[in-house]
Order: sequence, then structure tokens, then C-alpha cells
Amino acid sequence: MKIRSLAAMLAATVILPFAAAHATDLEVTHWWTSGGEAAAVAEFAKAFDATGNKWVDGAIAGAGGTARPIMVSRITGGDPMAATQFNHGRQAEELVEAGLMRDLTDVATRENWKDIIKPAGLLDSCTIDGKIYCVPVNIHSWQWLWLSNGAFEAAGVAVPKNWDEFVAAGPALEKAGIVPLAVGGQAWQAAGAFDVLMLALGGKDRFYKVYKDKDAEVAAGADVAKVFKAADDARRLSKGTNVQDWNQATNMVITGKAGGQIMGDWAQGEFALAGKVAGKDYSCLPGLGVNEVIATGGDAFYFPVLEDEEKSKAQEVLASTLISPTAQVAFNLKKGSLPVRGDVDLAAANDCMKKGLDILAKGNVVEWVDQLLSADSQKQKEDLFSEFFANASMTPEDAQKRFADIIASAD
Amino acid sequence: MKGQVHTGRPSKLLRNLSSKIASIPMVLTAVVIFLGGTVWTVVYSFTNSKLLPRANFVGLDQYERLWDAPRWIMSIQNLAIYGVLTLIFSLVMGFLLAALMDQKIRFENTFRTIFLYPFALSFIVTGLVWQWILNPEFGVQSVVRSLGWETFAFDPLYNSDIVIYGVLIAGLWQGTGLVMCLLLAGLRGIDEDIWKASRVDGIPMWKTYLFIIIPMMRPVFITTLVIIASGIVKVYDLVVAQTSGGPGISSEVPAKYVYDYMFQAQNLGQGFAASTMMLVTVAIIIVPWAYLEFGGRKRV
Repeated sequence: MKIRSLAAMLAATVILPFAAAHATDLEVTHWWTSGGEAAAVAEFAKAFDATGNKWVDGAIAGAGGTARPIMVSRITGGDPMAATQFNHGRQAEELVEAGLMRDLTDVATRENWKDIIKPAGLLDSCTIDGKIYCVPVNIHSWQWLWLSNGAFEAAGVAVPKNWDEFVAAGPALEKAGIVPLAVGGQAWQAAGAFDVLMLALGGKDRFYKVYKDKDAEVAAGADVAKVFKAADDARRLSKGTNVQDWNQATNMVITGKAGGQIMGDWAQGEFALAGKVAGKDYSCLPGLGVNEVIATGGDAFYFPVLEDEEKSKAQEVLASTLISPTAQVAFNLKKGSLPVRGDVDLAAANDCMKKGLDILAKGNVVEWVDQLLSADSQKQKEDLFSEFFANASMTPEDAQKRFADIIASAD
Repeated sequence: MKGQVHTGRPSKLLRNLSSKIASIPMVLTAVVIFLGGTVWTVVYSFTNSKLLPRANFVGLDQYERLWDAPRWIMSIQNLAIYGVLTLIFSLVMGFLLAALMDQKIRFENTFRTIFLYPFALSFIVTGLVWQWILNPEFGVQSVVRSLGWETFAFDPLYNSDIVIYGVLIAGLWQGTGLVMCLLLAGLRGIDEDIWKASRVDGIPMWKTYLFIIIPMMRPVFITTLVIIASGIVKVYDLVVAQTSGGPGISSEVPAKYVYDYMFQAQNLGQGFAASTMMLVTVAIIIVPWAYLEFGGRKRV
């Protein structure tokens, strides 16, 4: 004890001169590097700096797939950052179980997160064995069909109101030399588009039966076969998309080279950046216009266990800053995502965001696949659907059989 | 004080002591990191480790799943096609280029530089360059079409059946220059008198190459073979940059499977099983060869 306090005093004499200069530095890692994303995260940094501490930005370029391995290896390798982004759900599950993440229950009860975070499912995703380990910061939903009004005008057909009309408009678009549905080559896009079809055409109950209860019989059944039939349509309509990245595919919709794209609400940032107006230049159909349900996936911050007491205290400050109403509004407006609190005012939101807020207010929400399936099952699903979308000779029946196998072995 | 100093002949263990001490770090590295890491990986490939390694043994489950995965089978097939063709083409083309260089041509230095230059680029850059060249909208296809052949089609990167050949082209472009240089060095090592003798005997040049020079260059060929082969087994970055495994899964390779499952899928057990299979494959090729090469040396 004595030695330790002595050492602490000695250390303090060294640190003090610096501490006077600036307060506690917290390194925060995330993968928000595109233009709109960086602007959004700068809002968090500003809010945290205002508390007298310092946000040290640790942006990792590349998408989550590149960044997460780096974050995980830093945490498991004994060089943890002070806070890090993950998609809430099961990505950080094992890190929590291994005791590497900090329990935030105290902060949460003090600030009454249970009542302010809406929908409640978000906090459940942060809760493991009754303890809260993360701060959800936004809601991103995948269930959107983005349509180029210009492309449909050029093809001489009305802008569709739902998925069936969209499929029916396909031949007219093709005749006009327009790719009906843009699907980029990255594996997660094909898998995500399928999950959207599953929720929109299969309905919420069936979606939960397959992904939450992991019922392989339902996954192999006739109702899901219809979803695979729709995926087959999507594959046919997406022929001719020779791009990889999601934003290149979105760009095809923006420029009218493609009729539509199934993509999450982050695509909205691209439309905004190109100066397009919702309702005039492009339309959005939540739940593909069939089933107006949105999922509450999104991003959350986790706080690794740190030995430094100063930093641990600052972690609590950061946690409550992230969830504060002002930071929530500033961040989400830039990001194009929905806030995690029901009690903030988003007057500046555009048409599509308002549609999303409406659905959220009605409570038509589901947990997204990230929250329900492990990363391992997700990867297997990505492999399956990227193959399915690229290989026209793979029948929907074969794909469904393999899909049911993945669900059967999922944990 | 009975501390008697041993004054006899120094024991075998102590001979060349300084060089033995100097090699300790390397020996430790080899044993602990290479061998230890390999054994650890193989052992944990029999567990169901997810994000973190856990010693929860599940027998051959990971291997069963691995060999049931269409993506793994596709990866192995791709590696086989890529490997065999890379080996053949880079050796044949490399040797032909080296033989041409060896004809005392003018501007040899310039040509050598040009052919070797791609090797100075990383696989990532090579992959990106060839992704653009083979892109139907900007690359070869559009150039030929703009010259008048309207129906000309050449888009290997967007055709599942031939995408691996698109990767192969980029790999050959990058690697053949090095093979050429190694073999050229080998050719230069051949005594001028051999050529004179074969000319006196009236042996045609191609026969001299095939039956006299190439057998004499055996050590150089073996070095080249090892360099090419190790490049084949670990091919990863080229695919990531050029196609990222697509379209679909049709240009996946084993090394990418290992990385994706270890880190993206957070399933260490599956990744370890896949990397163990890679090790086994290499061992199956290397062991018989090493046996023939070094085991048979007993005869004088």
C-alpha cells in the first residue's frame, strides 16, 4: 500500500505539470471516416471537449470489417483505448464475457437510461446478465428502398409505391438501358438486401422465428421460399451492376443509371451530399413499401476496463455526454441516423428521416440481424448471398437449403 | 576451495562458443515463435474458440464444417488453378525472356529494368492497376470497342467462370520479371566454354538449352521454384485488391478464408482449422520433395 501510494505521488509530481495544461485525454476509436460521418463524430468530440476533457480521435479507415479486428486485438492485447465503437449486439459479446469491458450500470441508473432510451430494445442489446456495457448512440435501419425519380421518368413508368410495383417496372427500366436494382459487389450488401426482403415480405413474426428462435424448419418452409423467390427477382434485376462499394451503387441511383437500391439510411448522406431533395429527385420506401417496420441496429460505444483512475472517471463523463440531448441531435443530424432518445426535437430532419421517426414513434421496430445472430453466422450468410447474387445458375431452392443449414447451426 | 578449473580439452558443447551464443536468439525465435505458434494453432483448431481462444475441445467439428463450406472448396480449386498455371507460365515465360536477354542484345539493361519493374510494385497496387485495366467500362474492352470491334467482350473480373484467370494475369505480370532475373543470373553463370563446345559439335541452340544448360541450372531453378511456390500459397493481397473475392465467392483463396473467419466472423477455431489445412497441403508437397532432395544424398 505504502509503496503504491508513494509511487502514485512520485508519478503525480511528474504528471502534474502536464495535467495542469490539459485535462484527461481519452482515445476513442471508430470507423467513421467518410465525409458526413467525420462531420458527425466531430460533434461528439466538441461536446466532450466542452466538459474540460480531451477527445483524442482514433479513426480507423476502412469499414467495420477492417476496423473491428484492430480494435479487438488492441483490447485483447492489453493496449485498450478509452472507448470504442461497435455495432451494438453481439460483436463485443465475448469481450464483455472475458471481463475486458467496463460495467456502466452505475452511470445508467444514475441518469435513468432505462426511461430515456427509446426503443427499449436498444438498451437490451447493451445488457448482458443484467449489467449495461455500452451506450447506444444512434439507430440505423436497413429497410429502405431508394428510388431515382429521374430513372423512372426516363423509362416512362410511374415511381413504384412498393416492391411488387418495382419488380413489375423492371423490364421498362431495362428497355431504357437502366439497371433496375443496384447491388454492389461487397458480400454484406447482398446479405443485407436479403434480410430486408425477409422482414418486408416475410413479416415480423417469421423474421423473428428464423433469426431469433433459429427455427430451421421455418427457414426451409414455404413462406421463406417466397422470400427466396423475391431474392431471385432482385438478382435478375441487379444484373449489370458492375460496382463494388455501396456508395458507388448509391451513386448509380443518384445519377439515374439505376432505378433503385436496397440500402440502409446511411445512403441518405450520399443523396444529401449530391444536393438531391427527398420527394423530388429521389423517393424512399421504408420496409420496401410493404411492411413499414424498421430495425433498430446502429452504433454503440463500449468502454474497455482501464487501470488509470482519472481515465476511468472521464469514461463516465464521456458516456453521459454521448447520450446527452444536445450531442444526440447534433450528431444524428449530420449522420443521417435517428437519435436513441424519444425526447429530443429533430425539426431539421428531411422527409425520409421524418418517415423513419414516425415509424419509430409508432413502435414498429424489430431488432436487427446483427443483434440476433453471431458474427460467425453472419459471415456464412454473407458468403451464401454473395454467391447467390453473382451466380445466376444457383437456384433459389439450393440457396434456401443452405440457408436453413446455416440457421440450424447458428448459436 | 575446491573450485578446480577443468583443464582438459574443451568439450564439444563449448566449441565455437561465441557463434553458438550469437545464434541463440534465432534458435529461440524459430522454436518458440514458428514452431510453438504452429503447434498452438493446430491444437486450438480442435476447439470451438470464437473471438478469444478457449480450450474447449470439439474434435474434428471445425474440419467437418470447413470441408462442407462451398467457399472453402472454391478457394482450394482457385488456388490449384492459380498455382499450377503460375508455376508453369512464370517459369516458361521467365526462362524465354532470360534466354532472349542472354543473346547479347542491345539495351539489355533497359529491357531488364522494364521487365523487373512490376516486381517493385506491391500486390495491392498491382491488383488495383489490373482491376482498372480489366474493367469493361474503362479498360481493354472499351479501348478495343472504340477501335471498331463493337461486340468485343473481355471482362474476366465480372465473369465467375474466368475471374481467376484475370487474377492470374496480374500475378504473372508482377512476378515474371523476377523469375527472368534469377534465371538470367543462372544463365550468366554457365561457362562460355560449354557454348563453344556445343557449337563445335554442331548442336542446335535450342537443344543446347534444353539438354545441357537447363540441367546445369538445377540449383537456380530450385531457388526460383521455392520463391514462386511460397508466393502462390500465401496469395491474398492481390485478390483483396483486385476482386475482393468476387464476383460472389468465385475468386476466393484459402488465405482470405483464414483471415475472414478469424477476424471478421470472430471464429478463431474455424480460421485455425483452415490454416492447418494450408500447412498440411504445403507439407504434402514439401516433404516428399525434401526427402528426394536431401534424403538421397547418402550416396556419394
